[in-house]
Amino acid sequence: MNTPSTRAVVVERRLPHSLDKVWRALTQGPLLESWLMANDFQPVVGHRFTFRMPPMPGWNGVTDCEVLSVVPHEELSYTWNASGDEAADGLKTVVKWTLEQQADAVLVRMEQSGFRPQDQRNEMGARYGWERNLGQLEAVVARMA
Amino acid sequence: MPSVTDDLFRALADPTRRALLERLLREGELNVRALTEHAGVSQPAVSKHLGVLRQAGLVLERPEGRVVHYRAEPQGLAPLMDWMRFYAVFWDERMDRLESLLNRMDQ
Repeated sequence: MNTPSTRAVVVERRLPHSLDKVWRALTQGPLLESWLMANDFQPVVGHRFTFRMPPMPGWNGVTDCEVLSVVPHEELSYTWNASGDEAADGLKTVVKWTLEQQADAVLVRMEQSGFRPQDQRNEMGARYGWERNLGQLEAVVARMA
Repeated sequence: MPSVTDDLFRALADPTRRALLERLLREGELNVRALTEHAGVSQPAVSKHLGVLRQAGLVLERPEGRVVHYRAEPQGLAPLMDWMRFYAVFWDERMDRLESLLNRMDQ
């Protein structure tokens, strides 16, 4: 999903557990909620669902998703988009999970792709030359949250 | 092409306006007189700065008789959110939770 102008966040972990257990933690709603977020996920291609968190400054806390691929024990992907009023100019990304069986563990890889330049504050901050001050502002906002 | 983000950056480019906004974020709702006390500029200047912040969607006003109360609108900062940095930290922390869930599932 990455075009030349977009970027991705990748996180990998080696988890010393069975493939089946890792897959269940990724695809069963109540298990998913216990480590990720409240959701109405179903492992069915085309299924639309949301992830929900308490709102925070700059984010209504709701993520709009649609299942793109389900390959049991191997791959799972869904869209990960801003919702409601924030949808028009907001985040439009894809989260893709891949599982790889290794000797005594499962290599779990999460790639969230499709971040556009406007999703990254730094570039805009440099352009306007006030980035240094934003840190203070963010610190204040963080204390409120 | 001017955009919401341009308004936002213009509004935040001024140190007096940033100080006003930070104070509203910290202290909640305040009127112009209270905001002028520590601003280091005149009351009309503070009113003008508040107008710019309001235009940028960072401040909301609530008239009450002849007094106008101002409060910060944190949602106005949304276009400044560095989503890549946010999600890098978010996923790392959620992977920790996934690991701890898998350990509990063993039992």
